[in-house]
Amino acid sequence: MTLNAHRKMQLYGALLLLPAALLLTTFAYLPTVTTVINSLFLPGFRGEPAEFVGVENYQVLFDDPTFWQVARNNLIYALGTIPTSIALALGMALFVNGKLPGRGFVRMAYFTPTILPMIAAANIWMFFYAPQIGLFNSLLDSLGIPGVNWLGDPSVALSSVIVMSVWKEAGFFMIFYLAALQSIPPELKEAADLEGTSRWSFFWRVTFPLLMPTTLFVLINALINSVRVVDHLFILTKGGPNNATNLLLYYVYENAFSFFDRTTAATITVVILIVLAVVATLKFTILDRRTHYQ
Amino acid sequence: MRARIPFALSALTAGLLTAGQAAANDPIELTMYYPVAVGGALTDVVDNLVEEFESEHPDIDVEAIYAGNYDDTRVRAMSAMEAGDTPQLSVMFSIDLYELLEQNAIVAFDDLVESDEEREWLDSFYPGLMENGQLDGKTYGIPFQRSTIVLFWNKDAFEAAGLDPETPPKNWEQMAEMAATVRDASDGEQWGVMVPSTGYPYWMFQAFAFQNGHRLMSEDGTEVYFDDPAAVEALEYWVSLATEHEAMPDDTIEWGTLRQNFLEESTAMMWHTTGNLSAVRSEADFDFGVAMLPMKTQRGSPTGGGNFYIFEDTSEEEKRAAMTFIRWMTAPERAAAWSIETGYMGVSPAAYETEALRDYVEDFAPAAVARDQLEHSTAELSTYQGGRVRRALDNAVQAALTGQMTPEEALSQAQQEADSVLRRYAR
Amino acid sequence: MSSTSSTSKMVAPHSRFVSVPSLETVAAWLLAIIWVFPLLYAFWAAFHPSEFMVNFSLFAPLTLENFTDAWSQAPFARYYLNTFALVTGVVIGQFIVCTLAAFAFARFPIPGKNVLFMLVLIQLFVFPEVLIVENYAIASELGLINTITGIGLPYVASALGIFLLRQTFKTIPRELEDAARIEGCNWLEILWKVYVPLAKPTYLAYGLVSISHHWNNFIWPLVVTNSVESRPLTVGLGVFSAPETGVNWATVSAATLLSIAPLLVAFLLFQRQFVQSFLRAGIR
Repeated sequence: MTLNAHRKMQLYGALLLLPAALLLTTFAYLPTVTTVINSLFLPGFRGEPAEFVGVENYQVLFDDPTFWQVARNNLIYALGTIPTSIALALGMALFVNGKLPGRGFVRMAYFTPTILPMIAAANIWMFFYAPQIGLFNSLLDSLGIPGVNWLGDPSVALSSVIVMSVWKEAGFFMIFYLAALQSIPPELKEAADLEGTSRWSFFWRVTFPLLMPTTLFVLINALINSVRVVDHLFILTKGGPNNATNLLLYYVYENAFSFFDRTTAATITVVILIVLAVVATLKFTILDRRTHYQ
Repeated sequence: MRARIPFALSALTAGLLTAGQAAANDPIELTMYYPVAVGGALTDVVDNLVEEFESEHPDIDVEAIYAGNYDDTRVRAMSAMEAGDTPQLSVMFSIDLYELLEQNAIVAFDDLVESDEEREWLDSFYPGLMENGQLDGKTYGIPFQRSTIVLFWNKDAFEAAGLDPETPPKNWEQMAEMAATVRDASDGEQWGVMVPSTGYPYWMFQAFAFQNGHRLMSEDGTEVYFDDPAAVEALEYWVSLATEHEAMPDDTIEWGTLRQNFLEESTAMMWHTTGNLSAVRSEADFDFGVAMLPMKTQRGSPTGGGNFYIFEDTSEEEKRAAMTFIRWMTAPERAAAWSIETGYMGVSPAAYETEALRDYVEDFAPAAVARDQLEHSTAELSTYQGGRVRRALDNAVQAALTGQMTPEEALSQAQQEADSVLRRYAR
Repeated sequence: MSSTSSTSKMVAPHSRFVSVPSLETVAAWLLAIIWVFPLLYAFWAAFHPSEFMVNFSLFAPLTLENFTDAWSQAPFARYYLNTFALVTGVVIGQFIVCTLAAFAFARFPIPGKNVLFMLVLIQLFVFPEVLIVENYAIASELGLINTITGIGLPYVASALGIFLLRQTFKTIPRELEDAARIEGCNWLEILWKVYVPLAKPTYLAYGLVSISHHWNNFIWPLVVTNSVESRPLTVGLGVFSAPETGVNWATVSAATLLSIAPLLVAFLLFQRQFVQSFLRAGIR
């Protein structure tokens, strides 16, 4: 290949990349940069120009107890959804991978919530959670147990939201475990049976370690979702009562579009971006050591 | 027809012949956002009204866009504005006034009225409903879907509990007692009273505070008085309905499902907007009544609901067309029809003098309660940075009701939050 | 050896069948029932009059009224159209843009290619929803507010799409490409005649994932749409069923089913393809 032809190839490749590059710049890189910039400025009051204030917006944010509450909520939300949905997903995959009457139906049942919009799922769960007249309390009532205000009691509300998210997510993670389980050579199991290894110890000593990459992969996805998906809050609680179920991205939405405070919204967004950067680093360093991009 | 004459007249007097010509050829297109915050198919009602208007005014096209609840509608209208796609008019929360003014988004009706007839129209509404739409002597909002909070009670439940089914509670003490009586008599099957504490908790709280003789904000929207002892006492009473009298469920009560609770008879009384009246009437299979809210030192309820606004960024002829539309929508016959369909108030005394509404009220007395309560009403909580200030109060109410804080702690925290938000606005 | 193994195989499943598995089967089925229950409940609520919401009776009368109510109370036909246009537009756009970019990454000697590719992968983490505030401002500048293009455009250059296609393209033997070149094909023809057909399964997998994602997407469309003209189903449903409207529950159930029906039916019909697609797109 001549140098000239090489140049031509380079140019050609660059042209092919151009549409994607333009779009990514417009909707990913540029807004990331402007978000960071906006978080360093205070907009002018009554028409005055914006003023550079350095990290003051961050100081204000970190002094705001609501922000810490929302951040804590999000942490609890992540801790509540991730291990549970991973454990359930693994359990589901083991169920469905074995000999099970009606396996097709069971697998479908587990997976179906995945393809529903979060908004629709929230609508349905709203009927379950409504106090007095909702399904859960009607059932409890018929057993003579006093009802719970699932979404109105701040000590319960976040858990209610978590339960719904687990329901929505577990089936999605299941399919990755299922695929991983099916790739485990059956000889391993045969050998273990031969040695008389119990199923329990086979699982912990063989299956689980072999599933580790899948677990890490699912973990990363679950982490991202715990930051990204807040659709259900719009229906279930609007972040209430008294911010008991507010999550970071919903708080961004509120600040930007209910309070018209784009500065605070930008500042919180930067915090979210930092969290995501940590997750990304986690993925690229730990998870992808095995995978090759080249 | 009646409403078109001033349009033609004013167009002429303003020398805007072009406007008249344009109107003759192309219809003027108006976009309007509007909210719905109560049950029933209100979007149908609005669509029908708009259709009727268009058939009477072929020179004006109105696109009415249902944008969700009051908050959603503000967001949608503001975002359209930011995108340079400003609606000509909208029905928005009456309390959005300060935010709209701060963005220089709306125009004063005083600057739009031209004829005496129009000035008269501007003065034709209940003064109580104008309060939230006025600042510094100018009117920016024309009342449309307006409400107050009223008490709905289930007469059958009262009777079953040995109470007089025709006598609603007159004061706080009676309400607590009656509610507890119902609760006891039903063996815990039915709650005595429910006051919603999601959606618009600040609004309900305002009613309690005003009944205790306290107004929560200054006239100019730059100060709030949340931690006043009278306000604390009001919140203590609200909380006590659950904790002390055990007549109301603990924790927050959902605004949206409350009507369903009342219809399913899981509560004997509820506080709710009068905008729910027609929906309750058509769905209740028991006898119910509607009364003014009970009093502590005085009767009282904040007004609520949506006003018409005309936006700044519109042409002269669009403004005229918007005026025509708003005058048509708020004319006594329409106001009467709207009130009958929804339960919202007839916005002018003249509306209650129309034959339709007079007959309706005669036949269905609850329809007049909101109007009668108007003389005891106060403006809805409206300040600069309203979103944040209201949220601070909402959180305080919810914190107290869910037992996270005492009413006093909660309100003083809300006061601090509001103060810091409003600091820049002190005049 | 082989005989022992086969006997142990004979024995082990047998013993499992009798004692442990029944418990396992019960657990699996119980979980499955819990998992489909919400959806079944939505069906129940949607097809019965509202007084049967929490009141299960075998002989409760069936009705379609909730659906007609929902259909007449909100412009669902328009919402369908919008969602359909959105999903089609996004998927076509993604196919084109991602194919070109993936091709470039797979076959062209671009300086700093690895760094550029890592930059692209960042979008797997920093997606348009997180940047709603700034993306909203940008969409506003570009005049994209309240348009279907505005909802879809930020998603067109998809890192996932580029990544999946690049990987697939890399597995395609160079010999095929050389053969096409000998026949006189230029680069675009090679792409179109050699690479794209061989990557069909990847397109299918990515397409299905993308369709379900955009059918279900909510927060960005909520922010960027203002009116019925551009509102997709999810946002329409959210606006319609927000609790403060106090809309009858049975009607909300019907509306919910209306908005999930096409995707749900497609999923039930093509279950295997859906699951495979999610898997393929997920494993990376």
